[in-house]
Amino acid sequence: MASNEEILAGLAEIVNEETGLATEAVEMDKSFTEDLDIDSISMMTIVVNAEEKFGVRIPDEEVKNLKTVGDAVSFIANAQA
Amino acid sequence: MARKVVITGLGATTPIGGDVPTMWKNALKGVSGAHTLEDDWVAKYELPVHFAARASTPATEVLSRVEAKRMDPSTQFAVVASREAWADAGITEIDHDRLAVAYATGIGGVWTLLDAWDTLREKGPRRVLPMTVPMLMPNGPAAAVSLDLGARAGAHTPVSACASGTEAVHMGLDLIRSGKADVVVCGGAEAAIHPMPIAAFASMQALSRRNDDPEHASRPYDRDRDGFVMGEGAGALVLEAEEHALARGARIYAELAGTSVTADAYHITAPDPEGLGATRALKAAMFDGRIQPEDVVHVNAHATSTPVGDKPEYAALKAALGKQVDSVAVSATKSQMGHLLGASGAVEAVLTVMAIYDRKAPVTINLENQDPEIPLDVVTTARDLPSGSIAALSNSFGFGGHNAVIAVRSI
Repeated sequence: MASNEEILAGLAEIVNEETGLATEAVEMDKSFTEDLDIDSISMMTIVVNAEEKFGVRIPDEEVKNLKTVGDAVSFIANAQA
Repeated sequence: MARKVVITGLGATTPIGGDVPTMWKNALKGVSGAHTLEDDWVAKYELPVHFAARASTPATEVLSRVEAKRMDPSTQFAVVASREAWADAGITEIDHDRLAVAYATGIGGVWTLLDAWDTLREKGPRRVLPMTVPMLMPNGPAAAVSLDLGARAGAHTPVSACASGTEAVHMGLDLIRSGKADVVVCGGAEAAIHPMPIAAFASMQALSRRNDDPEHASRPYDRDRDGFVMGEGAGALVLEAEEHALARGARIYAELAGTSVTADAYHITAPDPEGLGATRALKAAMFDGRIQPEDVVHVNAHATSTPVGDKPEYAALKAALGKQVDSVAVSATKSQMGHLLGASGAVEAVLTVMAIYDRKAPVTINLENQDPEIPLDVVTTARDLPSGSIAALSNSFGFGGHNAVIAVRSI
């Protein structure tokens, strides 16, 4: 079970790997599309990599609800609980 | 009168140099880019061929990590070569609606395709990455170059196996002559040094098996040639309407005088033994460029080093050039860098332009005992080309009976 901080750090690494954005830029209140400029293809790659890293399943229909980094962290934390 | 088209920018990433200056220096010196493959898959799959000619500078060392991740290796090479050609052309202002791309590949994103298939079988559909389709599509290199340079007058992908790169140059000339574009970035890329294509080409007996001596395996015109050597990389040229180039005071390498494409309609892989399709292509390119046989001083031959392929090309050159065939300096540059498949014609176009611009014919290595049935004047040490107005031809032939020829003239 990972803490929210650990999930955020892991997610930031995945985002950095996919987009080159600095890990510090990946903050809880940041919107994936508006603030981080992540397109839908990159978002799906991030989702699939997050599933593997955190051992969770993020259904496709759920992805559109993950607007901010915080949304993703909460979803992963709940899915792990 | 057709619009005159000139070449103003060159780029390449090859087994004998990661850019044009390095490649050209080595091409005149005569080096081999073929080496034993260190990959564990060679032994794992018991491949009958243990060597290839890899790009001397990996594209991942030139591109950013994020750029490279989103591109198949073939597209990575295309972008590297095109950026060099674009920078070399020095175009600072352009109407992007008048800039086109004609960028070829022989096979396309074979690494991406096969990696995704492995992922599907080992990990299931969820793990097949969303970028898989844009990375494996054969128009991936053309699309990436268009996106990178903002080319909006169309991005085309001629696919004709090992004639693809030359056909892209042919298409580029047509795009400018027909008025559809003023500037075209054209070329070809290939990245197929993967166990499956190696197994497949070996299965058709096309590859050299000289495993104990890779540097001497690619030996076009030599009596003991036994197949081609797989290479990888890309070449790129900036073609420009002459009036566009003159208006901006561009450095002009040469004129792309004429091009042509024909088909053998003879056999799916074997060349027409009399080289009739190749002869028609050579004659058509010369006619298109208003070039007489006696103008031709240099040929960059297709010459892959296969036992059956090299001979019909000689027959075609003889038929097209007549007695001039004895006076032409012929270079078989695949002896140095192996066969870059769909990229080969583009890289050889770059070499042909450099030969005309620098007035030097590059070296054919590994010619120890010339096949007596191919009595061409093969360049084995770099040779000066004559002064005055000169022309050169570059041939490419592809499985499927594709023949493509370009004719380049000094300015």
